[in-house]
Amino acid sequence: MIPEDLKYAKSHEWCKVDGDVATVGITHFAQEQLGDLTFVELPEVGDTFEAGAEMGSVESVKAASEIYSPVAGEVVEVNEALADAPEKVNEDPYGAGWMIKFKLAAEPAGLLDAEAYAAVVESEGH
Amino acid sequence: MKTIFEESVPGREGCWPCEGMSEEAYIPKEMLRDGEIGLPSAGELDVVRHFTRLSKRNYGVDGNFYPLGSCTMKYNPKFTEVAAAMPGFTRLHPVLPQLQGAGGLCQGALEVMYETERLLCEITGMHAFTLHPMAGAHGELTGVMLIAAYHKDKGNKKTKIIVPDSAHGTNPASASIAGFDVVSVPSNNGIVDPAALVEVLDDEVAGMMMTCPNTLGLFESNLPEIVRLLHEKDALLYYDGANMNAIMGKMRVGDVGFDVVHLNLHKTLATPHGGGGPGSGPVGVSEKLLPYLPVSRVEKQEDGRFRLNYNHPKSIGYVAPFYGNFGVVLKAYAYILRLGRTGLIRATENAVLSANYIRKRLAGHFEVPFDRICMHEFVATAAPQAEKGVHALDIAKALLDKGYHAPTIYFPLIVPEAIMIEPTETENKATLDEFIDALIEIAERVDTDPASIQAAPVTLPVTRLDETRAARAMELTDDL
Amino acid sequence: MPYVPHTEAEVREMLATIGVGSIEDLFAEITPEMRPKSFDLPEGLSEMEVLSRLEAMASRNATDRVSFLGAGFYDHYIPATVDALTMRGEFYTAYTPYQPEASQGTLQAIFEYQTAVTRLFGMQCANASVYDGGTALYEAAMMAVRKTKRRKIVVSEALNPIYRVMLDSYTSNLDVELVTVPHKGGMTDMDGLKAAIDGDTAAVMVQNPNFFGSINDFTGLFAAAREKKAVSVISAYPVMAALLKTPGAMGADVAVAEGQSLGLPLSFGGPYLGIMTCTKDMVRQMPGRIVGRTADTRGRTGYVLTLQAREQHIRRQKATSNICSNQSLCALRTLVHLCSLGEMGLKRAARVSVERAHLCAERLTAVEGVELLTKGAFGNEFAVTLPVNAYDVIAKLAARGYVPGFPLGRYYKDLDNGLLVACTEKTSEEQIGIFAEMLKGALR
Repeated sequence: MIPEDLKYAKSHEWCKVDGDVATVGITHFAQEQLGDLTFVELPEVGDTFEAGAEMGSVESVKAASEIYSPVAGEVVEVNEALADAPEKVNEDPYGAGWMIKFKLAAEPAGLLDAEAYAAVVESEGH
Repeated sequence: MKTIFEESVPGREGCWPCEGMSEEAYIPKEMLRDGEIGLPSAGELDVVRHFTRLSKRNYGVDGNFYPLGSCTMKYNPKFTEVAAAMPGFTRLHPVLPQLQGAGGLCQGALEVMYETERLLCEITGMHAFTLHPMAGAHGELTGVMLIAAYHKDKGNKKTKIIVPDSAHGTNPASASIAGFDVVSVPSNNGIVDPAALVEVLDDEVAGMMMTCPNTLGLFESNLPEIVRLLHEKDALLYYDGANMNAIMGKMRVGDVGFDVVHLNLHKTLATPHGGGGPGSGPVGVSEKLLPYLPVSRVEKQEDGRFRLNYNHPKSIGYVAPFYGNFGVVLKAYAYILRLGRTGLIRATENAVLSANYIRKRLAGHFEVPFDRICMHEFVATAAPQAEKGVHALDIAKALLDKGYHAPTIYFPLIVPEAIMIEPTETENKATLDEFIDALIEIAERVDTDPASIQAAPVTLPVTRLDETRAARAMELTDDL
Repeated sequence: MPYVPHTEAEVREMLATIGVGSIEDLFAEITPEMRPKSFDLPEGLSEMEVLSRLEAMASRNATDRVSFLGAGFYDHYIPATVDALTMRGEFYTAYTPYQPEASQGTLQAIFEYQTAVTRLFGMQCANASVYDGGTALYEAAMMAVRKTKRRKIVVSEALNPIYRVMLDSYTSNLDVELVTVPHKGGMTDMDGLKAAIDGDTAAVMVQNPNFFGSINDFTGLFAAAREKKAVSVISAYPVMAALLKTPGAMGADVAVAEGQSLGLPLSFGGPYLGIMTCTKDMVRQMPGRIVGRTADTRGRTGYVLTLQAREQHIRRQKATSNICSNQSLCALRTLVHLCSLGEMGLKRAARVSVERAHLCAERLTAVEGVELLTKGAFGNEFAVTLPVNAYDVIAKLAARGYVPGFPLGRYYKDLDNGLLVACTEKTSEEQIGIFAEMLKGALR
């Protein structure tokens, strides 16, 4: 469950770059660790973030976790559907469960490829 | 079961204490409520029956063994309620002492406060106490504010509080709310390791919060070394009194060098917890923190009369509107008087005896990660059972079916599948044996019939509840 | 030993099972250097002896005075059902409802309490309580700070000074600035408050009726706050709330209250009840426990603690608050109180309190030199100015069996002659008459 065509942060966000726009969400591993999500808190369109900055949070019944921006940029779109249906993140983390689209302020740096991220998951898994 | 709002019948008469004119005679219409409030219209018997039925859908210490770890669910003696219900106390308006010449109207209440503070000082070896904090976490916040005030007054620039990884969640939360950064220190073999402490202990550390015995029920045997290390850096040591029931008469936190302590009267000193509160979290301090205690302070004058002193310029101010949960303090005072010196020591001794007895008898059925003499509680793990698909949660639910409240589960966080058992001193041996047998039976059933444990409880008004649905739907009132 | 059931034989048996020789062996890790330097407590007393000692102390409290004290804490009638039902051991001796299946009684009661107080204030959500009205106000301020990520709190000076000093203490180490807008002759200064709200303001905080007893409609103020994206917080007196325009109707984001007047005795300051309600938009900022309705595996209705990811046991240092124990039993008392009185009973209690206060104001201001301090509408409490220092009058009357009210000079400069007088449905017309006569005598 780690798509080859995405880039990853060690803090379990994924990122897909298309021109100067990056789509961001949390990984399958992250949603599995949290369990059934009950709430997703996202930034507002127009907010800007440095790479690695805290930009939102996700909650399940027994856990809560911050989401960190894997890239630097300005928020151009957020996934409004998650407000009423956070379960989309559980069901389809790389598709309908996407969270934010950024207009990139800089070329993404320091992100992992699928293989490197798989190693991170392996080390944290047990 | 229907809510009282669903049972309401418009027009049915409740308890109307009096008749009154229309408020419109006195208050302009635009400042008045538009429409009904929506409170129930129910007869007195309707109300009595509704709440009596509700009560039957609850476990409490009076009806059920309640070995909830870290919560010290001992029996709450009934006579203390008689004390708290005396009209001479319940009818007392809290601002009375603020009226000049009217302090004389509440000498009895001031004496209760003064005497309770004195007794708590002797029990803990602290220099002075305030009764104002209204719960354990409130005591923590007050204590951390005192630490902040001490350093500020001395001109120290200190920004961090150290909290062991086994601590209650309230510790880091309290430190953070008081404006400190929280630094975690890992445990080694179940207790704080001085070597690990040295790693994080720098000049910016304002203090450290400790629970002793800690949340694993283990005595922190490196305590003298920890005290020395902290004090060398002019950092203060905070004692979380959640587990005080393990050490009464055996160790006084003041004598071993703690600077601030909170007690949970609703745990150690037997005041009932009321399904969530009210508690009471008095805070004791060493002499160097005396100037910073919250106002007001109760004092005994030379003529033997009591007064409140509001004039303490270095005080952290007010953490309560008045003097804390006075009605709860009264019950703890009555309890201390009833037990006295020997009674308190016996309470501690038997709490520790009962915990060790359960721990030992469960050996071979449940794994105990740090299997040595424990204090008033111990932590087992259901990790081996979890590999067979039965988790700590399932075991907890199976206990409910057998008429026991469950132990604390999944805490402390450093033990996977934790089951934290605290029997207290007030349960007789037959109850302990029955509880142990019940746990052993469940452990055996993990191999023979795990599905029955996973399906528990089945004997209560409801089976397991869908918490995800509750959090997503957010139905928080009868209207939402 | 009281409350310790083990016999000597049982103790021996248990020690043998554990494999130690004596109880003291269990404490071996507490080395001699750590042992108590003293434990000099009196030996225990019998139940009878303890109670007679406390009886003697209680008798040294003068609770036989006729009292016109209020200042946010009122002596309303409490129906007998409140004690009878809430003292049931199943409620009384339970802990926080961590195991919902064995705690449906507590959980449903909290859900009903949440319903009752949200309806009373015209709000959408409530928590299961905090310690008291002052803590509720502080927590409301922190909700606003988190929500807006701003640091300025604008507070009306006509808000209970006992709570304002708490706010001051609680925020002393935090990056929060309190801006107090002075009262105007006992009235809440609407224009001053509006002018103080700016782009850095997290919250505006007011009280209804205010500390001097004056009733306000804050609709305009709250609209102005909304325009600046600040949070509107109101502290309400819950008995008067039965009659008054609701915080919700005024546009408040958070409404808090001291719940003592709803079923809790004065009891020298506690245990009381911090009521917290808010809009749905603010609920994730709310501290403490919240109960939600759901279903069990068989589809039956049940109740659980919900939205727990805000709380300290999950979020630790990032929690919305450190609160754990709250005032749950006090919330239960308030619920039983509200259900016993019902819609009409609560309104009647409020109406009679208002009626008695107006009679009292009329009789007191008939005394030469006594005038109403505030000009607008008031409910069950009002402020008067006396021709002399209020402390002296209080001392004189208290000695004769009447506590005439609260001296405003305690918290407000220039109001040394100010007296705050409260009535409830328990205040009789006869007592009001005697009070007025005594005051006349004292001022002569």
